[in-house]
Amino acid sequence: MVKQKIVLRFPPHLVEQPTIYHLIKDFDLMVNILRADINPKKEGRLMMELSGEELNYQRAVEWLKEQGLRIMGLEQQIIWRSDRCTHCGACTVICPTEALAFNRPEMTVSFDEYKCVVCELCLKACPARAMETLVENANSR
Amino acid sequence: MKVNRSIEEINEKIKTGKAVVFTAEEIIEVVKEKGTEEAAATVDVVTTGTFGPMCSSGVFLNVGHPSPRIKLEEVYLNGVPAYSGIAAVDLYLGATALPPEDPANRNYPGDFIYGGGHVIEDLVSGKEIRMEASAYGTDCYPLKKIDTSFRLSEINEATLFNPRNAYQNYNVAVNLGPKTIYTYMGVLKLNMGNANYSSAGQLSPLFNDPLLKTIGIGTRIFLGGGIGYVTWHGTQHNPSAKRADNDTPVSPAATLALIGDLKQMEPRWLRGLSFLGYGATMQVGMGVPIPILNEEIMRYCSVSDEDLKAPVVDYHRGYPYKEGGELALVSYADLKSGSINIKGQKIPTASLSSYAGAREIAATLKEWIETGHFSLTAPSAPLPSLEAGIKLNALPQRDPEQKEVK
Repeated sequence: MVKQKIVLRFPPHLVEQPTIYHLIKDFDLMVNILRADINPKKEGRLMMELSGEELNYQRAVEWLKEQGLRIMGLEQQIIWRSDRCTHCGACTVICPTEALAFNRPEMTVSFDEYKCVVCELCLKACPARAMETLVENANSR
Repeated sequence: MKVNRSIEEINEKIKTGKAVVFTAEEIIEVVKEKGTEEAAATVDVVTTGTFGPMCSSGVFLNVGHPSPRIKLEEVYLNGVPAYSGIAAVDLYLGATALPPEDPANRNYPGDFIYGGGHVIEDLVSGKEIRMEASAYGTDCYPLKKIDTSFRLSEINEATLFNPRNAYQNYNVAVNLGPKTIYTYMGVLKLNMGNANYSSAGQLSPLFNDPLLKTIGIGTRIFLGGGIGYVTWHGTQHNPSAKRADNDTPVSPAATLALIGDLKQMEPRWLRGLSFLGYGATMQVGMGVPIPILNEEIMRYCSVSDEDLKAPVVDYHRGYPYKEGGELALVSYADLKSGSINIKGQKIPTASLSSYAGAREIAATLKEWIETGHFSLTAPSAPLPSLEAGIKLNALPQRDPEQKEVK
């Protein structure tokens, strides 16, 4: 038995395919959706937990890749540590997708993880080092 | 002038909880509504604030004597070197100091993950700091080596002393070059891909007292979440910089040297920073109360981002090689809107100084004054302003072999 938390990223043309149906029906996996952001004609994101037989899980991952989906471990997600953020805004001109945005007139920074493409440019552009990955976070503890 | 208020009068009102205080942001509307004269007649104090990277910052420490005693020579605090060329167990730890093993820009662009500013943040957070030190040993100070640790509460003094803070205006940095560059003004993308600025603008202390008519030696301030004082003009103080009609400078101008007891400060307002490819530094939160002595001071305090201009400077060649001048003058209102226009190109802007932080500092200082926890001080001496005729010098670059003939 395996149990894995992953993030699936759907290119726009695959958003309307019944991917989850196949994961359950063809690979006999248990799917527990943790977060989902699916919009017609836009890139979609699905954070979920998959569990089932090891072999089935491996085959499912292969199949997902063949379909053109990107699979990332949860640890590859970017974390915005709001307690470390000083709200200067330096990251907002570096972020290519406006996941890191500057709000006016509040003059504060916000992070929309659904817009994040995990390019990791912000990790080092942030002088206060308020942006982290889960791996980095785990290492620093 | 009709209004002629003294610091003593203001302090009397603070004592009885009757002082009328606004932040430098709030006062803009008040003056617009009531006019300068009426606003000056009713308002006692305007509070300012800024929370930006300030490299010229550091802390004097007296760590106390071990037994036997030691005259510290080479000292590392959490691996970061501190200056010990003063008395035996006195040290100065600068915000930009780096561990000798930091690869710096040998691994370009360097990370500079931990430096002096981070040690200061850890100190003020109450964390244990490892001190490794060596000495040559003397008859009076025999100990030659020590490896120990201490917390802020366990040492005699920790005095934050920042030789240059609170710059009155600063450059807006762009990159005219063909590659991304890594500067103390942040990551600058090629071909003017972004423009970074670093001032709180209308909330910034020295923009609200442009000719230093109220701020002087001994002015009590908000520093690092506690109380501090102005000790002197800051290094590179340049009050002679070109000014606009409202007396505010249109390039970096006056600066302040600040002092305060680190033991009553907060880590929130003293933050270690790592500038990719540049180095480590510290973000310092500070704010100055401005006593509204008369209509003139009120008018200065009512300045808004539309009236404050900053020079756009190229950090590819212009700044490092002193080539060319400023590319344009832009207002802080434009900078804060999210983009500026230079030569027909729309350039996204970002700040290195936290405006949200500046707001909070000005609001905190306002609350301290309103609740009688903070009174104002009259300067014991003024800081040099226009009349001083200061001119900034460049370092002479002489050939040491060519001795001057007398």
